[in-house]
Amino acid sequence: MNKTVNQKAWWLVVPVLILVAFNAFIPLMTVVNYSFQETFGNNQFFWEGTTWFEQVLRSDRFHAALFRQLMFTGMIILIEVPLGIAVALTMPRKGPWVSVCLVLMALPLLIPWNVVGAMWNIFALPDIGLLGYSLNSMGIDYNFTQQPVSAWVTTLVMDIWHWTSLVVLLCYAGLSSIPDAYYQAARIDGASPWAIFRFIQLPKMNRVLTIAILLRFMDSFMIYTEPFVLTGGGPGNTTTFLSIDLVKMALGQFDLGPAAAMSLIYFLVVLLTCWGFYTVMTRNEEN
Amino acid sequence: MSRFKHAIVPTLYILFLMLPIYGLVSMSFKTTNEILGGFSFFPSNFTLENYIKIFTDPTWYNGYINSLIYVVINTVISVTVALPAAYAFSRYHFLGDKHLFFWLLTNRMAPPAVFALPFFQLYSAIELFDTHIAVALAHCLFNIPLAVWILEGFMSGVPKELDETAYLDGYSFSKFFLKIFIPTIAAGIGVTAFFCFMYSWVELLLAKTLTSVDAKPIAATMTRTASTSGYELGLLAAAGSLTIIPGAFVIYFVRNYIAKGFALGRV
Repeated sequence: MNKTVNQKAWWLVVPVLILVAFNAFIPLMTVVNYSFQETFGNNQFFWEGTTWFEQVLRSDRFHAALFRQLMFTGMIILIEVPLGIAVALTMPRKGPWVSVCLVLMALPLLIPWNVVGAMWNIFALPDIGLLGYSLNSMGIDYNFTQQPVSAWVTTLVMDIWHWTSLVVLLCYAGLSSIPDAYYQAARIDGASPWAIFRFIQLPKMNRVLTIAILLRFMDSFMIYTEPFVLTGGGPGNTTTFLSIDLVKMALGQFDLGPAAAMSLIYFLVVLLTCWGFYTVMTRNEEN
Repeated sequence: MSRFKHAIVPTLYILFLMLPIYGLVSMSFKTTNEILGGFSFFPSNFTLENYIKIFTDPTWYNGYINSLIYVVINTVISVTVALPAAYAFSRYHFLGDKHLFFWLLTNRMAPPAVFALPFFQLYSAIELFDTHIAVALAHCLFNIPLAVWILEGFMSGVPKELDETAYLDGYSFSKFFLKIFIPTIAAGIGVTAFFCFMYSWVELLLAKTLTSVDAKPIAATMTRTASTSGYELGLLAAAGSLTIIPGAFVIYFVRNYIAKGFALGRV
């Protein structure tokens, strides 16, 4: 749409600006403030320069948490996106089953995150949970509170359970926007299912897939509540992702300086990645 | 035949989605003794005790009321301020509009963990700690950008001729906006409100940080129960099952628009 230049439009944005700035700017400045200072309580602060940043960037603890976070985000995107596309492709297009599918599939997205964690905790308990009991009675030794691999896999499956539907819904919406005439033309040309997917369906899903990956990246990178309730970051530190580590440091140990420095580095990583995505997305929209 | 073959993938997927929910709901109808006694697929002594406890104990049902109050306040604030802003973004170019839009997006992707401690200090300093309005305002951090995004997507789908005709007919901006434009994008507003409701309903970290007693959300009541008396699993399951109901209820109304909402109005 061609827009007209109108500087007065700023007035329409002012309420949003005030509210979001109040919530974003003041807290962010507080974090910046802490990140350069040392405190011994009593509201006494001492200038520390970039000490905390150097300390965090060099610490093994941060590297390990960042590595776990990247592994987790990478794995869930690699699993959820193809799985979501597959489910969306096989979903019914018309008829009463469409509503049933949509409502049932969207259900996990609306459950409070701590309930998701609690639900999976109950589901996976080795002796009394449906999943844990079934696996153990099949002869698979499974206990997510003690085995790192089980804990990791359970966290992954929980996230797949929670968020794959988002990819499904987005892809489904992209697919529904393809006119029937395209499929008819493809049938006349004798196109194979793969060719239909590659040249008709995938290009139509391009945009929604970018949004799906962007949203999955952002949300999985700040994941906190679900793994915290499910495993508490354990056993050991095996499922301690960045947010969990940060909250442990800030509210658990009250190491304000390093926690603030870590917050800023963390935020910067998310920001840069999303900026990349955003540029790609807006370029796609202009084309 | 191929129709049945096609149905396999969605059916298996839905089954996978339903199993943990079934586990939770079936546990909520069991007595504590049965739960701890070992695994059973169906509740053998079907009981409503857990639900009765929740509906008669104020610390439990107040959790639901508190959550609903701040979620509703947040939804109203977010949609109200996002409407004019989204209109500005969808219709006009102005100085710094693209940067402003991206800056809004950055707040949607700020990890709440980063803001937990500063929020606690900020809302304590302005003496709003442990009030519903504090949580509602804090959730504006990610819900206003979300609302602006979704609404902007919906508004861009409305042809500009509508605005121009109305102005030619002598409508003022505010009259046009309230009488013509808002009814035109009513569906979009509904979807936006739904998404604000949902994201505020599922968030726990900030809600828990900003409350202690008077405005404590149901999610925090649950975690406290889980940690203090770790063996009341039935009660926990019942409370969890009840939190699914509001979502399941509203999802039915927006089922045809939900994908558009998740795509930030850009399908």
